[in-house]
Amino acid sequence: MTQAEIKLCSLLLQEHFGEIVEKIGVHLIRTGSQPLRVIAHDTGTSLDQVKKALCVLIQHNLVTYQVHKRGVVEYEAQCNRVLRMLRYPRYIYTAKTLYSDTGELIVEELLLNGKMTMSAVVKKVADRLTETMEDGKTMDYAEVSNTFVRLVDTHFVQRCPLVPATENSDTGPPPPAPTLVVSEKDMYLVPKLSLIGKGKRRRSSDEDATGEPKAKRPKQTTDNKEPIPDDGIYWQANLDRFHQHFRDQAIVSAVANRMDQTSSEIVRTMLRMSEVTTPSGAPFTQPLSSNEIFRSLPVGYNISKQVLDQYLTLLADDPVSLFFFLFSFFYYLHKALGSLATATLESVVQERFGSRCARIFRLVLQKKHLEQKQVEDFAMIPAKEAKDMLYKMLSENFISLQEIPKTPDHAPSRTFYLYTVNILSAARMLLHRCYKSVANLIERRQFETKENKRLLEKSQRVEAIIASMQATGAEEAQLQEIEEMITAPERQQLETLKRNVNKLDACEIQVDETIFLLESYIESTMKR
Amino acid sequence: MAGNKGRGRAAYTFNIEAVGFSRGEKLPDVVLKPPPLFPDTDYKPVPLKTGESEDYVLALKQELRETVKRMPYFVETPEEKQDIERYSKRYMKVYKEEWIPGPKSKKAKDTGKGPSLTNPADVLKKIEELEKKGDGEKSDEENEEKEGSKEKSKEGDDDEEDDAAEQEEYDEEEQEEENDYINSYFEDGDDFGVDSDDNMDEATY
Repeated sequence: MTQAEIKLCSLLLQEHFGEIVEKIGVHLIRTGSQPLRVIAHDTGTSLDQVKKALCVLIQHNLVTYQVHKRGVVEYEAQCNRVLRMLRYPRYIYTAKTLYSDTGELIVEELLLNGKMTMSAVVKKVADRLTETMEDGKTMDYAEVSNTFVRLVDTHFVQRCPLVPATENSDTGPPPPAPTLVVSEKDMYLVPKLSLIGKGKRRRSSDEDATGEPKAKRPKQTTDNKEPIPDDGIYWQANLDRFHQHFRDQAIVSAVANRMDQTSSEIVRTMLRMSEVTTPSGAPFTQPLSSNEIFRSLPVGYNISKQVLDQYLTLLADDPVSLFFFLFSFFYYLHKALGSLATATLESVVQERFGSRCARIFRLVLQKKHLEQKQVEDFAMIPAKEAKDMLYKMLSENFISLQEIPKTPDHAPSRTFYLYTVNILSAARMLLHRCYKSVANLIERRQFETKENKRLLEKSQRVEAIIASMQATGAEEAQLQEIEEMITAPERQQLETLKRNVNKLDACEIQVDETIFLLESYIESTMKR
Repeated sequence: MAGNKGRGRAAYTFNIEAVGFSRGEKLPDVVLKPPPLFPDTDYKPVPLKTGESEDYVLALKQELRETVKRMPYFVETPEEKQDIERYSKRYMKVYKEEWIPGPKSKKAKDTGKGPSLTNPADVLKKIEELEKKGDGEKSDEENEEKEGSKEKSKEGDDDEEDDAAEQEEYDEEEQEEENDYINSYFEDGDDFGVDSDDNMDEATY
């Protein structure tokens, strides 16, 4: 794991789980798999705290364990999975677009809690939805269950691995750690539960007629009298499936940009048809015939078969495109990701170095290997500038040099030096820079917040006072007075802070989109 | 040695023109210090994307950041001892549910604890002791054990084995199971059969 990745993981863990968990997590990422006592010894934390931290990390699928020989259990952190925490808002938003508020809340609960049983999720989400509804209305469990089942059917939610059933649990001492398995066919099997009930509105103390004391609130959920029927069956969000969805989205929008809406719809249909049949790492989708595509087009699109065929031929003939036509149509996913990654690289070069550099970059990409003289000629840029630009890009590792010696002694005057773009290594370099950027963004945001901590606290207090005064009914004049506790320049400062923090957050989200593209490309290349 | 044009005279080992400099002396300055920490960029960065969905995702992100701080998974660093105990600290404590990992139903928990209490006579004595104790904080484990032992004395060991196929071993150190923190206290009605009334008075937060 690179230093940039470790730094980013450390910041993310700290924001989500606090310093103790962060210390343990980062230690595991740095050192690989280690047993419990070694972790406690090396980090200097007490055994209790290490256990607690490990529990939290395992709960959230960030750390796995394995029993080694001699019964030693070793824990290993999944650095990639920690980096996914940056993407949580995007997953939740996707669930909202596909399955509306119910889906959004289900995915949010699953991501916040790591693993949950279906009944727990359904109850929590129903309660939350009921809170937002008007008085008197409640959310029925059945509706939430339905959405949950739909999420499972489309593979967005999957089962967690379980301890396999043992016939005789008294044969000697249990192993130090259970080995978890999940069979393929069980992964998306929803247990038959009949969850009947409605969401409960959380009653605040002044509205509550019976005046139950606040201490009783956690005990109030009366449904807990029954034993949970599906205890032991835990569910987690299936991040790979979300990634597949993002990838499809990226491809469809790229096609829409390059061609038109109709072709993007055709591509979307093709991708949807092969959604469940294509395993996540496959380079191609399943072959489809044009008849199948025609039948599966969404209802609103009434284009005739000939027009569809024309579109398909157009897509297949496009040199940048990503189709193969061979009696049936495939979608060459790996190449699609490659084009997306290349487009990202091109736009980075353009934004950093200018359009002429971008021209040179695209030229070298297209021609694969070029000598300096050839670059100047093809790009039609004066020699001095061309050299300058090439060296600038070379120093930033977007372009690399390929040496071809003419003589065995590699004398520089008798060697060809060719400029070339190695997409994989440039993508890796860019990804590393992205991780660094996000870490910088997070640090800056934390710094800004810390600088203005006093002011933020003051404004929160004032808001709380105003809210409580409004609840108990106060005059306009009094509210005005309280509001004036925050002076105008302070207000200004708060505004600026808010704007900056929003900007930094938005940056993080958008850099993460680039990270996703580059990671997908690198992953797909490594698999081949 | 044949290549020496003269002592002390600089000579390049390669053709300088290939790199782009004529035979003149206009070589660039030698770099004496590291590049600046925040170098000037020639081009302004691209503006951020704006739109409804971007705004929504931003709001989600900020809410999530606040929510995770209140979750039981956020482990607070233990405070160092303060020299003076502040009066206001008592009123600023935030209520946080405690998260105890592990399966909640007695079925799942018992198999793990089963082997530890096999003697029915001892167990019955313990039950009596505990009942005599009456109020006081009862930890979940105690209740669970009591329950387990009650179960054992009633049904015998064989029934435990036949319980649900997915029983998870309860191991303090290698927790994997999850629970809902609300359920952690009052999951099983049976646990608090007799004592629930007493406990209600004692529980303070």
